[in-house]
Amino acid sequence: MTASPSGEPVASHDGNGLGEPLVVIENLFKYYPIYGGILRRKVGDVKAVDDVSLEVRRGEVFGLVGESGCGKSTLGRTLIRLQPPTGGRASIAGEDIFAKKGKDLKRLRRRMQIIFQDPVGSLNPRMPVSDIIGEGLLAQADRENRWGDRKLRDKRVGDYLEAVGLRREYSRRYPHEFSGGQRQRIGIARALALEPQFIVCDEPVSALDVSIQSQVLNLLSDLKREFDLTYLFIAHNLSVVQYLSDRVGVMYLGRMMETAPVDELYANPRHPYTVALLSAVPEPDPRRRKKRIVLRGDVPSPANPPSGCRFHTRCWLREQLGNPENCVTETPEFREITPGHRVHCHWAEKISGGIVAQAAASQDVLKTSEPLVS
Amino acid sequence: MAESSRAVDAADVAKVGTPGPVITDLEETASASARPADHEVSLESLNQWQLAWRRFRKHRLAVIGAFAFLFMVTMAIVGPILWPYSATHIPGVTTPGGDPPTLSPIHNLFGTDFGGRSVLQFVVVGSRISIAVGVFTAIIATTIGVTVGAVAGYFGGWIDGLLMRFVDLILAIPFLFVVLVAARFFGGGDVVSLILIFGLLSWAGLARLVRAMFLSLREAEFVQAARAVGVGDVRIAFRHILPNALGPVVVSATLIMASAIVLEAFVSFLNFGIRATDVSWGNALSNSKGYLLQGNWWWPFFPGMALAITVIAVNFMGDGLRDALDPRSKE
Repeated sequence: MTASPSGEPVASHDGNGLGEPLVVIENLFKYYPIYGGILRRKVGDVKAVDDVSLEVRRGEVFGLVGESGCGKSTLGRTLIRLQPPTGGRASIAGEDIFAKKGKDLKRLRRRMQIIFQDPVGSLNPRMPVSDIIGEGLLAQADRENRWGDRKLRDKRVGDYLEAVGLRREYSRRYPHEFSGGQRQRIGIARALALEPQFIVCDEPVSALDVSIQSQVLNLLSDLKREFDLTYLFIAHNLSVVQYLSDRVGVMYLGRMMETAPVDELYANPRHPYTVALLSAVPEPDPRRRKKRIVLRGDVPSPANPPSGCRFHTRCWLREQLGNPENCVTETPEFREITPGHRVHCHWAEKISGGIVAQAAASQDVLKTSEPLVS
Repeated sequence: MAESSRAVDAADVAKVGTPGPVITDLEETASASARPADHEVSLESLNQWQLAWRRFRKHRLAVIGAFAFLFMVTMAIVGPILWPYSATHIPGVTTPGGDPPTLSPIHNLFGTDFGGRSVLQFVVVGSRISIAVGVFTAIIATTIGVTVGAVAGYFGGWIDGLLMRFVDLILAIPFLFVVLVAARFFGGGDVVSLILIFGLLSWAGLARLVRAMFLSLREAEFVQAARAVGVGDVRIAFRHILPNALGPVVVSATLIMASAIVLEAFVSFLNFGIRATDVSWGNALSNSKGYLLQGNWWWPFFPGMALAITVIAVNFMGDGLRDALDPRSKE
């Protein structure tokens, strides 16, 4: 179990003592069939997650970024068995996630939880908070934990409400009586109540007011320390990911494009897609002019992804290099170029400050926006 | 300042009955730092049913409707006991074709028919069958409709396909024709068989509605969340999806009730419904049809009014229930 086919070395890249892999995903596929014609025969697949392998180490935050529709949420939800996988394997603490059924699956759910993006949609409007949080406890009750006992359960619900910064008394209220930030805290308490080891945070702050985002992020960060958690943190906001993550993975069209420790990725991106994404992060200082690389065109359809490298249709690097053939014909390996830094690109070594500047400059000619503020 | 505003809050809430004041994000920000404890009065929250009752009470038409319906139901239960009806007891009349309404005796309040039988008694005693048909048809149709729709929508796949084709079949049957034929052949004017026929034929639309609700709610994030913590299928269906589909179901059930009452009257009017020796509003209307041209308006008028009032009351009540059962509605 320790050596995945991708063979990512364990904690070799950093000195912060992160442990052994807790969650290991190997060659995960998630396809959604497309039916068509009069006979409703299967005519294709939407390749939402296409051969993704990654490891999340005990105690770390693995940030997963990518545009909408790149499959990051699908990856998270498939991983915790909210949707059946099409193929591949995954394990948590050595236990096979996809093989579990019935009682075993239910028990496994205690180990892995999810926090949703939408603080309105993720809480049942017809349940009081005590039931929303206590429901998992009730479902998971056994003779050992005695969560079936209403009093004990209510006490635990109160404890977790306090752990997320809400008052115990709120447990009798209904979701619509709370603000967005508070609702998200309730969602977090629900996930925590089962004492999971691993939580998929599916864009937990994207739907919140900016002023509340940092509070919830800090809360997540505190809770991680307090309860010894490991996060798979899904987001499309690069700053948020940078703030919280230890390692980051970048997804595009169902594929993992690059994974690296957070500082390495932000300082030294090795995939042209990552470079373009990072160049789009807003710069708070208006006097500093950024070299932006704007990707042209739309994301291709995941039902019919481009051959070779998924990104080749929009790749600025390929353009700079004079459109090499192998980007179209050969699927790049997910290779390790420096310890702990893996990239899905034939030409990753070509990326340098010079070529980025060149690409940005060639785009500047076309661009009329971005007036300089003096 | 803070103290007094809290007191006002509490008083307001107690008076108006809105659930606790919503704490704004701004307050959340104000108490900042790592884990702000929110400052807010704790109120004894009301349970779901108390809140629903409060919301229902504010819906004036619904309350009037509920009282009217309750009155009809009470009448349907105790009326025939207090004032037994006999089809063969014919007192006789002073005016040919029936006496017009007079304030006394009470027997003549709504006038009488050609044999001197009290129209008021038709209204009182007839309510039992009419309301029973409405209520029990609605119960049967709602039970079947919710079950079929829930199973189809929740499980999907071939189960869904099979059940929905069956629904299509039921909907394709010419309803009135079957009711007329079946009412004549099975039971011969028996109330129970009429209820069964109505119930078994009127659940299909509701099943479709419930299925659609289940299909969309099945993917809701709170359902996903429940699944993620290990909640089983049955509990998800009954505690998460069904309560959220309740509003349309309640409205639909009341519509079925109202239409069953009307349908009973209609079928009885055509002499295919309740046997002539029993009284229902439909029968009372039916009996009047040959005498209308003589100007005996009271004979169909009062049973017809009773029917119309009941149907309208039921519809208002359903409307109010839908709003009351939705915890998100503020009023």
